[in-house]
Amino acid sequence: MKAKIIVTPKKAVLDPQGKTVQTALEHMGYSGIGAVHVGKYMEIELTGTDKEAARKIIDEACHKLLSNPVIEDYRFEIE
Amino acid sequence: MNFAVLQFPGSNCDQDCVHVLRNVFGHSARAVWHKDASLGEADAVLIPGGFSYGDYLRTGAIARFSPVMQAVQQFAENGGLVLGVCNGFQILCEAGLLPGALIRNRSLQFRCEHVFLKTVTTDSPFTNRIPQDKLLCVPIAHGEGCYFADEATLAKLKANNQILWRYVNAQGEPTESANPNGSLENIAGICNERRNVAGLMPHPERASEAILGCADGKLIFESLIHALQNKSAAKAA
Repeated sequence: MKAKIIVTPKKAVLDPQGKTVQTALEHMGYSGIGAVHVGKYMEIELTGTDKEAARKIIDEACHKLLSNPVIEDYRFEIE
Repeated sequence: MNFAVLQFPGSNCDQDCVHVLRNVFGHSARAVWHKDASLGEADAVLIPGGFSYGDYLRTGAIARFSPVMQAVQQFAENGGLVLGVCNGFQILCEAGLLPGALIRNRSLQFRCEHVFLKTVTTDSPFTNRIPQDKLLCVPIAHGEGCYFADEATLAKLKANNQILWRYVNAQGEPTESANPNGSLENIAGICNERRNVAGLMPHPERASEAILGCADGKLIFESLIHALQNKSAAKAA
């Protein structure tokens, strides 16, 4: 199994990277560009087969280490 | 006094802190390796600047799980004085010993320059010797020093007088242009509610000797030492 985790900055948090990418896209001439948020994508290989147990572990790991709940949100899927 | 100066892989201001405490102030200072589960004999803990664990994942995120940080948690819970500088501030926020977080500078640039700090309150073990109206000239050197906290946390910081330093201009005003990293309300350093744990992004250990061009950082260490002396005098009495 594999956990695919996406960590993004919270809406209220300043995201200068996202803002800079947004400006660059606009300068390149792309139209219809709205706010850009730059986050992180992580893959974790899992040796077990119990999806529910893995979900519990990954959720805890996201909360404790992989994201900082003060500034980031996370979501993940197990496949 | 005995100071424990933590050392993580990637710390790079640890020796500066040890030097200042030993050679400028004449106190005992020891480096404590991050794998040590005990701080040994320590009156105060300093978490120095640097790039612990290469700043992987987030600044300070990995360091907070080091064995020595368990000892620091316990030390702080017992009322011990803990000061984090730069990466040390980031580690303390990640560890939950200080509220909020430090994120990428608004400019996206690493800023390395001298700044002016205004001490917001002298009511803390880290600011008690700083004259109220004195601006401190201290260097910063960081890419991720933008202090963030949600509204409720910020309100609490203010209500409890936990903001210790703000970035200001030469006139002492917390202007937008005096803010080197986009920190909320120009916050450069804070303490916890109990006032025994503090962190700041600027480097007082790099400004504690006149030969370095500025010795204002000494006032922060002097405050800490003064608080420790008062503490030990109270214990002896």
